[in-house]
Amino acid sequence: MANIYPYGCFTHAVVRGIPESFGKLAEGGEGLQTDLAKAQRQMGVLTGALRQKVGLQLIEIPAVSELPESWRIEDVAVIQGDTALITRPLKQQRRAEAEAVRRVLNELKLTVLEMGDEEGRSAGATLEGSDVLFTGKEFFVGISKHTNHRGAEVLADTFKDFAVSTVPVCGGSRLKNICSMGGPDTIIISSSDGAKKTLRMMEQLTDHHYEILTVPEDVAANCVYIRGPAKVDFLLHPTAEECPNSVPAFQRLTDYTLLPTACSEASKLGAALSSLCLLINKKPNY
Amino acid sequence: MTTEVSSDGEVKKDEEKTPEDQQQTHTPAEAAQEKSASVEAESGQEACVSSPPAAGGQKKEKTISRFLPPWLKRQKSQSQDKPSDQESVELKQEQTDGGGEQTEEKKREEEAEEKKREEEAEEKKREEEAEETSVGSADTQPVREEKEGESELKEEQAVIPHEASVLSALKLNKKMKMVVCHVTLLDGSLFSCELEKRAKGQYLFFQVCEHLNLLEKDYFGLSFKDNAEQKCWLDPSKEIKRQIRNSQWQFTFSVKFYPLDPSQLTEDITRYLLCLQLRQDISSGRLPCSFVTHALLGSYTLQAELGDHDPDEHRLDYISDFQFAPNQTKELEEKVVELHKSHRGMTPAQSDAQFLENAKKLSMYGVDLHHAKDSDGVDIMLGVCANGLLIYKDRLRINRFAWPKILKISYKRSNFYIKIRPGEAEQFESTVGFKLPNHRAAKRVWKVCVEHHTFFRLVSPEQSTKTKFLTLGSKFRYSGRTQAQTRQASSLIDRPAPYFQRTSSKRLSRSLDGAPVVSVCDYSQAAGAGENGPPLELNSDSKSPQVEVVQEPDADAATSISSETAFETDGAGAPERKSKLRVQGENIYVRHSNLMLEDLDKTQEDVLKHQASISELKRSFMEATPEPRPSQWDKRLTGSPATTLRMQTQGVPQETPPRPGMDSRDASKSAEVKPEVNGQPEVVEVVEETVVIEEIVKPRSPAPEASVPMETECAAEVKEERSLSSDSDSEEEAEYHAQPPCTSISTQQIKEEPEEEQEAEHTQQAPPSETESQPITETAEPTLSAEEEKPAELPEEEEHTDEPLATPDEAPNGHAHHAEAPPTEEEEEPHIVNGSASRVEAEHLPQVICCSEPPVVKTEMVTISDTFAAQKTEISTKEVPIVHTETKTITYEAAQLDGHGEGEPGVLMTAQTITSESLCTTTTTHITKTLKGGLSETRIEKRIVITGDSDIDHDQALAQAIKEAKEQHPDMSVTRVVVHKETELAEDED
Repeated sequence: MANIYPYGCFTHAVVRGIPESFGKLAEGGEGLQTDLAKAQRQMGVLTGALRQKVGLQLIEIPAVSELPESWRIEDVAVIQGDTALITRPLKQQRRAEAEAVRRVLNELKLTVLEMGDEEGRSAGATLEGSDVLFTGKEFFVGISKHTNHRGAEVLADTFKDFAVSTVPVCGGSRLKNICSMGGPDTIIISSSDGAKKTLRMMEQLTDHHYEILTVPEDVAANCVYIRGPAKVDFLLHPTAEECPNSVPAFQRLTDYTLLPTACSEASKLGAALSSLCLLINKKPNY
Repeated sequence: MTTEVSSDGEVKKDEEKTPEDQQQTHTPAEAAQEKSASVEAESGQEACVSSPPAAGGQKKEKTISRFLPPWLKRQKSQSQDKPSDQESVELKQEQTDGGGEQTEEKKREEEAEEKKREEEAEEKKREEEAEETSVGSADTQPVREEKEGESELKEEQAVIPHEASVLSALKLNKKMKMVVCHVTLLDGSLFSCELEKRAKGQYLFFQVCEHLNLLEKDYFGLSFKDNAEQKCWLDPSKEIKRQIRNSQWQFTFSVKFYPLDPSQLTEDITRYLLCLQLRQDISSGRLPCSFVTHALLGSYTLQAELGDHDPDEHRLDYISDFQFAPNQTKELEEKVVELHKSHRGMTPAQSDAQFLENAKKLSMYGVDLHHAKDSDGVDIMLGVCANGLLIYKDRLRINRFAWPKILKISYKRSNFYIKIRPGEAEQFESTVGFKLPNHRAAKRVWKVCVEHHTFFRLVSPEQSTKTKFLTLGSKFRYSGRTQAQTRQASSLIDRPAPYFQRTSSKRLSRSLDGAPVVSVCDYSQAAGAGENGPPLELNSDSKSPQVEVVQEPDADAATSISSETAFETDGAGAPERKSKLRVQGENIYVRHSNLMLEDLDKTQEDVLKHQASISELKRSFMEATPEPRPSQWDKRLTGSPATTLRMQTQGVPQETPPRPGMDSRDASKSAEVKPEVNGQPEVVEVVEETVVIEEIVKPRSPAPEASVPMETECAAEVKEERSLSSDSDSEEEAEYHAQPPCTSISTQQIKEEPEEEQEAEHTQQAPPSETESQPITETAEPTLSAEEEKPAELPEEEEHTDEPLATPDEAPNGHAHHAEAPPTEEEEEPHIVNGSASRVEAEHLPQVICCSEPPVVKTEMVTISDTFAAQKTEISTKEVPIVHTETKTITYEAAQLDGHGEGEPGVLMTAQTITSESLCTTTTTHITKTLKGGLSETRIEKRIVITGDSDIDHDQALAQAIKEAKEQHPDMSVTRVVVHKETELAEDED
């Protein structure tokens, strides 16, 4: 179809700075010691990799202190092709995060759609981007405490070309905590029991075949795969420090350029590499 | 069903016709009726004259004629001739000629428009040609050819006058009860033709296809709206009148099976029609797509129908006649135009192809949606598609059952069930039920599933069990060609691309007249179209019935009929050859399981409380739905007989020793068979060879069908995991079994058409057999089940099952499974019984040979009756089954081969079937490679069918066959030999 392409071709990335308030109000933040400076450094490494190694055009939205979780930019929008759906995160206070993102997406000439009014059809719908796994061929939406069926329905109404399947999120708080794309037809998934269960459901629901790369550590299951402009496969993955046992698995990916990218501070707050960026493909389709 | 039909036919014909016609009507296949219908319709008396010769062939007609691909033979291009006289000619051919008519059909189609009259001589010539060309298919019997020739001549004479005065003939035939019916075509135009009132669906369908000049017709179908405004597919094999009941004679021609890869279609015209359908689907919202996709598809539509964008002629409003989307915005139109400009230079055919390439990727492409509720009463949609069954809640896919995952689909009352093959991590089969709005809806889904499964997944259609005796339950099967068959047939299409005009389906007001011809026609094909291609006008404006059509009403019908003939001539070999090859999963379409009967769950719950858990799948399915809570259904499902059974099955295989050992055992045991020891324990490949030899001795030809199901069944058994096949069998039994007391339910259903009634009765029957053993099994350890099975092997098993059942209602679920089917009226049955029995035995006994012959199946042997004598009301007299066949099955089996039994389905890697046949022997070789555990296993099944009139030296034949098998595959061992002998008893044909 018009906009079905192999997963992974991106031209732009949108990120948002780490605010001073990092970790203060974030979920699970209590009792956790987060290192703001380290988080910012890690963000810097990520953006550097995206820009210089992968070669994406990077758009960085400045941090806003009032929005302590705004750096989890993945949650705020789901983007496929030319269409972006501004999501409705579970937490009321996070919904303000969308504003800046919306502006940027509009500037990128994407068709920006909203989830609709609080009333009516999408009433009560919640959806966060980190519960959405887009494989290039279809969507899986993890039903978690952040994302409900209504939210998934709105997503399905938005991206009508694609099958949108809902799967239970087992063994993680968000779908992308336990799996992510590792190539056009490759899903990286944690080997935890919960993840396996989710994977089984995904396999059950899909019409397509995916290679499965199983990694022993949960944290390693979230990577960022990008097929660079030069047709090089890049995989940003957590460092060996974070997931010592999973690195060999990544190395099995042939002809990949592996980019170990630390994300330890963000992951203390339940986030992961993919949480930190929105990836966009602006290559002319026709 | 057959019985009824034929009797009807006779009555009717008696009124108007000569005795010969009666004979015709005897033929159960749709052919006869159609034929007669058309004859009556068109030629009236003349037809009568011509029909006599036809009578002769009819006996054979019984074969599964409809499976024969009409185009199979079409390798010749047309040359001479005229198809005008077809109906009568065909008639004849159908009965007499095995292969020839196909060629004719082809010709006819091609020449449909030019109706030259032919000389008799020419006709003859053609005939000969036809026969020559037909070599490939069925063997034609020489004698018949002659007959055919003669009869055809006769026919011709009769027909010619008829043609000359079609109209008058029609008038004369007023008494024939003609009906005008209207078919809405994909471009929105109306096609009208007059039909004899009793015509079958197929007749009309072929009329339409001919009108459209469509050869790849298997993807399409006719539908009508029933009283509830629900879209129903017209069954080609049944009378139209019976299907539409009181509805109008108005039909819609549409795509029934959306080809997965439209680029594999052979002809552009087929793709064009598919495009038209998709445009409808899209603009009506049935096929949802995004803005971008709407725009892109719309632009291809413009390019195909208008050609290159012309800035002068094509102002913005030029597209306002088109509807690209359910809610078309200005923005969309602008985008469409923008994209249209970029397609410059693309031919209409290319544009259509691009359109399809994009449309086919849409997630809802080809998904047939039905409203339903899940077990929790939540509104869902069932989506039937090429790959399986999809479950949607709103727009979300919440589950999916690929065909290989589905063991059985059934419906009962307004419930629709699928039985799921256990996954790797699961131990038990599970059944998922859905509630449809009403009984008819449930049946509709069931039918659609049967059809889709057959079309997309099977190589050839499954044969419906044609018993004459008992018509309980729906005998419905998809009778058309499968995708594989139609592809094969299409590859043989050899005609210049037909010329046709592309018009817009949605431009209701737009007259084609004004449209620039150049842009509309298909350049790529224009060249060839000149001579032969009848320009086909798809005139969107014409509301007027196109009377021309009436002139050649019979052409296609005849064709279809004729295709059946080939089979006939084949004798017993044909069915064999056609026996279904299942690629992996064995699916059984059985419609009644009593799973839902109310008392069922109680008992189940009590007995099975401790039963192992619900299958993983079911669980996850429940999780996926918003409010997972254990429902009644769940419990029921957990404890369902299916589960129990599964348990039984599982116990056994586990005991079986590893393969290499068995192999050696084989050797020792099966002395007669002389299996070769496959003595390499280390070798990963385990090779088995199975020789199935079937002999069919037929004193008379009358009931070829009898052998068909049996063979098929048998094949299935050997090929597949056994449990599957036996399961299916038992399912079948369930249908035919005794009648439990639940009358209330059945009465509700009885109202419907005859078929439904039978169904209802059906429902009543609960096969008592299994139930008894089930409870035991449940309580027992899995290991016990082995013992449980033992009784099954024994012939007395029936008695065993006859005991009073705690939960009679369970049985229907078809668990006859292991204990095998008490022989019922159905011919198939004994067969099955043998099969499973022998198998079981093999597992237990070191002894090699088991020989069970439930020798002659007497009709009255309704096992159930004993069991349920008390409750059973009666067996209605009309259904008193009469068995014509004597069946004997002997199985020689080397000690068990497959250590895992069905516990582990394995992965089918490759499967191929090779068939060769000589006059009275058909050899089918089925090679299956399976990956089980770490072992790759190659299993070759040879099936040899020897057909003969009288005595065959069975022993010699058997020895010969085994010898050959061994010679051919010296490194394999013979593990199983099944000899199935079927003798037809001459007496009781009705």
